[in-house]
Amino acid sequence: MRSGLKLLSTLLVAVTLVAGPVAVGVALAQEPMQAGQNPTGQDPTADAVNEELLFKHESTIRGVVSIPDKRAGNLIQPQGREYRAFHERWLPWIAAVVILGMIVVLAAFLLIKGRMKSPRSAEKIKRYNVLERFTHWMTAACFIVLALSGLNYIFGKRLLMPLIGPDAFGTASQLAKYSHVYLAWPFMLGILLMLALWVKDNIPNRVDWAWLKAGGGVLGGHAHAGRFNAGQKVIFWMVIGFGLAMGFTGIALLFPFTLAGIHGMQLMQVVHASIGALFIAGIILHIYTGTVGIEGSFAAMGKGEVDLAWARAHHDLWVEEQQAKAAGGAHLGHPQPAE
Amino acid sequence: MARMKFLCDADRCIECNACVTACKNEHEVPWGINRRRVVTLNDGRPGERSVSMACMHCTDAPCAAVCPVNCFYTTADAVVLHSKDICIGCGYCFYACPFGAPQYPRIGNFGSRGKMDKCTYCTGGPEPDFSVAEYEKYGSNRLAEGKLPLCAEMCSTKSLLAGDGEMIAAIYKQRVIKRGYGSGAWGWKTAYRETVTI
Repeated sequence: MRSGLKLLSTLLVAVTLVAGPVAVGVALAQEPMQAGQNPTGQDPTADAVNEELLFKHESTIRGVVSIPDKRAGNLIQPQGREYRAFHERWLPWIAAVVILGMIVVLAAFLLIKGRMKSPRSAEKIKRYNVLERFTHWMTAACFIVLALSGLNYIFGKRLLMPLIGPDAFGTASQLAKYSHVYLAWPFMLGILLMLALWVKDNIPNRVDWAWLKAGGGVLGGHAHAGRFNAGQKVIFWMVIGFGLAMGFTGIALLFPFTLAGIHGMQLMQVVHASIGALFIAGIILHIYTGTVGIEGSFAAMGKGEVDLAWARAHHDLWVEEQQAKAAGGAHLGHPQPAE
Repeated sequence: MARMKFLCDADRCIECNACVTACKNEHEVPWGINRRRVVTLNDGRPGERSVSMACMHCTDAPCAAVCPVNCFYTTADAVVLHSKDICIGCGYCFYACPFGAPQYPRIGNFGSRGKMDKCTYCTGGPEPDFSVAEYEKYGSNRLAEGKLPLCAEMCSTKSLLAGDGEMIAAIYKQRVIKRGYGSGAWGWKTAYRETVTI
């Protein structure tokens, strides 16, 4: 009984303690609390981060994460939209116009002007040694596969997929992707070898200026040229420049986050794809001049030696140089071995 | 059919990372991949907020648009899924995604970035529901069981909401009106081009 009374009094005290301040609080508030009003009277969101405000200051919303992958700290990065707009809206058109445009121009040129004829003789002159030809064809073979598998990234789903179905296309694209990624390495090696082998013959000089002013072989008439004429030098420097750019951006994409962050990689992909399209167009021009366009030119890289009369017509200064060297060599007899 | 969405009420998120853990466990997500993560903004400063983020299953999803092999598809519930059989691991979806959702196993491994992995909204993949192949590639299929994504279902503060967009927006709206504040539906504008107006 006594314990019952004690419990009752404790409860009363407790109720008074709890209810008292509440009653006072209600009395002080004067107005009844409305929905939408914070009971503490403070605004807990006054300094809270806010998506709209954050986007006003920065284009990406970044924070910290407690998981090991710190790159996951990017919360919202809407730049993917620009990447997407380029990749889906512009890139297919740029690539198609550049590549098909080159083919149309060359076809029109061939129809109007025909193949470039050159004099023939019975004599041959050595033009490219085995190492030069190996480097050229290794790089060329890689380029063909890289170009086709690269074009598959852009046009595959638009042209090939409706023809062969998604599963076959998926398998083919997987193979294409592996070949793109693996053949990139011998291709980059080839670019570096080409640079080492041919840079000395590709330094622009005054002869090139005269060759360009004469319109090269395009407008008829052969201008003076050394081992490589100005047109070939342009192709050489395009291959070196584009090749290095493709290699650099390609490696950045192959090893995510090593050379660039997410926005850097978006940019790298844009550059890689755009240069790729230009590169393909440039190489189509190169293939044209090396085969159909100029009679007798394929033998240079094919067999390694060309018709002497052809060489005199296209690379007169180089022939003179070679003959002077050969004459000098014959005069001196066998070269003395180094001691 | 419902239009499934996620909504993280950042004013309730306590950065416990239970959603992250639940997701990893439910789907046996491979090493190094987190389909969901909690990002803390203004960490340690006034106004700090944490947001749980995964794939938002965007309207007109950028990942699907840039995919060179069209491996993405959208379910009747507007969940964005992909086929790992068709995916070639090129990385384009990962460049285009505004939420950093697509990830790859063996990232950075020479030439063999694996098949892309991302949040499936607990909806599995193109394989038959509850098949072993579906579980191995994409994890469990809770939606087919009539359940919502586990991350949201086991959120201790009910900060992370999953379900039909209109319903979860209504719940959030009610909360904001009742308590008098709310820092907004994070990512909605970017993902759905609309936000919860209160």
